Amino acid sequence: MCCSFMLCIELAWKFVLARKRPMFLSLLGIVFGVTFFVVTQAQTSGFEKFFIQTILGTNGAIRISDHFQDSLGTVEKVDQDGVVKFRFNSREGAFYREGVNQPSLVRDALLQYDDISGVSEVLEGSGTLNTGSRRKSVQFHGIRWLDHMKASNLGDQLVLGSVDDFASDPMGVLLGFRIFNQLNLKIGDRIRLLGSTGNLHLRVSGVFETGVSQIDKNRIYLHLGTARSFIGRSTAGTVFQVALKNPDLAPDLSIQLQSVLNHRVVSWQEREKVWLDVFKALRVSSAITVSCILLLSGLGIFNVFAILVIEKTRDIAILRSIGFSPNDVSAIFLWQGAIILMAGISFGSLFAFLSTYLISIIPLRIRGIFSTDSFLVNWDIYHYFWAGCIALFFVSLATWIPARRASRIEPAKIIRETL
Amino acid sequence: MLPSENSPKKNGSISVENLHHSFSVNGSVVNVLRGVSLEALSGEVTAVTGASGSGKSTLLYLMGLLDRADSGKILMDGVEMQNLNDRERTLKRSQMVGFVFQFHFLIKELTVLENVRLPLLKNGIKREVADEKSLDLISELGLKNKSLRPVFKLSGGEQQRVAIARSLANSPRYILADEPTGNLDSKNSESVFELLKHLAKQQSISVVLVTHNDQLANFSDKKFCMHDGMIVT
Repeated sequence: MCCSFMLCIELAWKFVLARKRPMFLSLLGIVFGVTFFVVTQAQTSGFEKFFIQTILGTNGAIRISDHFQDSLGTVEKVDQDGVVKFRFNSREGAFYREGVNQPSLVRDALLQYDDISGVSEVLEGSGTLNTGSRRKSVQFHGIRWLDHMKASNLGDQLVLGSVDDFASDPMGVLLGFRIFNQLNLKIGDRIRLLGSTGNLHLRVSGVFETGVSQIDKNRIYLHLGTARSFIGRSTAGTVFQVALKNPDLAPDLSIQLQSVLNHRVVSWQEREKVWLDVFKALRVSSAITVSCILLLSGLGIFNVFAILVIEKTRDIAILRSIGFSPNDVSAIFLWQGAIILMAGISFGSLFAFLSTYLISIIPLRIRGIFSTDSFLVNWDIYHYFWAGCIALFFVSLATWIPARRASRIEPAKIIRETL
Repeated sequence: MLPSENSPKKNGSISVENLHHSFSVNGSVVNVLRGVSLEALSGEVTAVTGASGSGKSTLLYLMGLLDRADSGKILMDGVEMQNLNDRERTLKRSQMVGFVFQFHFLIKELTVLENVRLPLLKNGIKREVADEKSLDLISELGLKNKSLRPVFKLSGGEQQRVAIARSLANSPRYILADEPTGNLDSKNSESVFELLKHLAKQQSISVVLVTHNDQLANFSDKKFCMHDGMIVT
């Protein structure tokens, strides 16, 4: 059995080597298919992954905002015998109140969760920055800087100034990169924040750039206490930005937190659904497009093998006459497909790896939904795995049909017709 | 009653009894064999002659278990083969039968050695042993210096010798040769025929030789002539 197995592989190898050109073209199809599949997946998922990192680092995995109270209304189903089948509180018409109610209690409750890695209380509001010569409407976020560093990537997003400078100055302010440019400021400059409740004299401690243009041109960070005194309200406008050890758990945890805390809780997946759907659509469509290359190479391989079986009918008859079974004959053709497949996946993966690297160093400046100066790629072994699986599917199909045909050849008929 | 497998009288013999076989050609049935019976004994060359279409090649393929007869018996060493399933027939073929064809039917992608050792490797013989035995056979047939050459680089006579070496590789009890000299000149034909005759005697093999060449057939130990699917002499 073992010898027969090895013999079939040996014969398959010899047959492949004897038909270099068609086999090389078949191989090329798989190599291109695998390469394009991996490269397109690496790019689309690379951009998606970076986008997710950006939004997680900027707005956290979960945001807890308005407090609500369920109305008294319930929906229930009562059986004919009067037994209540189910009942739940109706959230329709629930009473919402702006901001987090009793933030310190909510914060303590959140810190009990093992999955939560950081909780930052943020007081949001709006105002106008005035430099004397220029004015700009902004959204200010009052933060406790130590907490916020744990719940965001603000430290990494600083492009000018320092967190220490901000931390040491109660009137320090961190400006979005675009605001900083628009107002033509320098680090250390004095600036006024105007609002309906008064104004503040702030000092520019640093500049951050998230890459998300809406944030970079609208957001500034103040100290929570400063923001609270500016806004004149204690909790209205307060939200919690929560970071998770595993951001993928955000949807489930959000549901849990919402029912426990009676606050509106939104996961990053829900918050950024539109963009995530766009990335998903891009990834799937590129996978389908590139799979077509593998489908076409599969058709090419089918063609090559169908012709090969016709060319090899005499050899098949010989092999049958010296004791090869129909299954052995079939195995010889399947192994030829397997050799092409394995070589195709190996070379394809190698080219894909090199191409992905080369693409990752191509300069590309993107600002808008994230900030990057080069192509973003995601190195993921699963891209190679799926490329291999798709190639395996098409090649198996393309070789199985001719191999089955080869195994059904009647040796006596072929020899008789040859003579 | 079937003869015993260990019957000394039948050892090494191959015989057919009342063999019938038909083809369907364009919807009409052609009776190729109509009650053929013959026996080929070990150590002998049995020639089957006849015009084209008389059914002699079909008879050979049925004897070699490459095809299945409509009715009748095929006995190898006195054991009935007709009722074996496909797997058993393949096994018997690989262990007991060696084929030689008119166009030598070698696998052109392989060398002389690789062609000859193919049946040995198929039967699970270790590569070293298979190589040794194959090289012995190749030497015996006068192709020692060409064992590593691709077969397509050999002359017709040499290729036929390789085919004979391959048919002998598994030490078969029967060699079934279909026009083995049909594609060779007279000198090579005689050489191949002598070789088959020598092997039959030396190794106690039953050689069944299908040929158009009456001259060669006359030198055989036994001769059958076929006409319209029947043995006539």
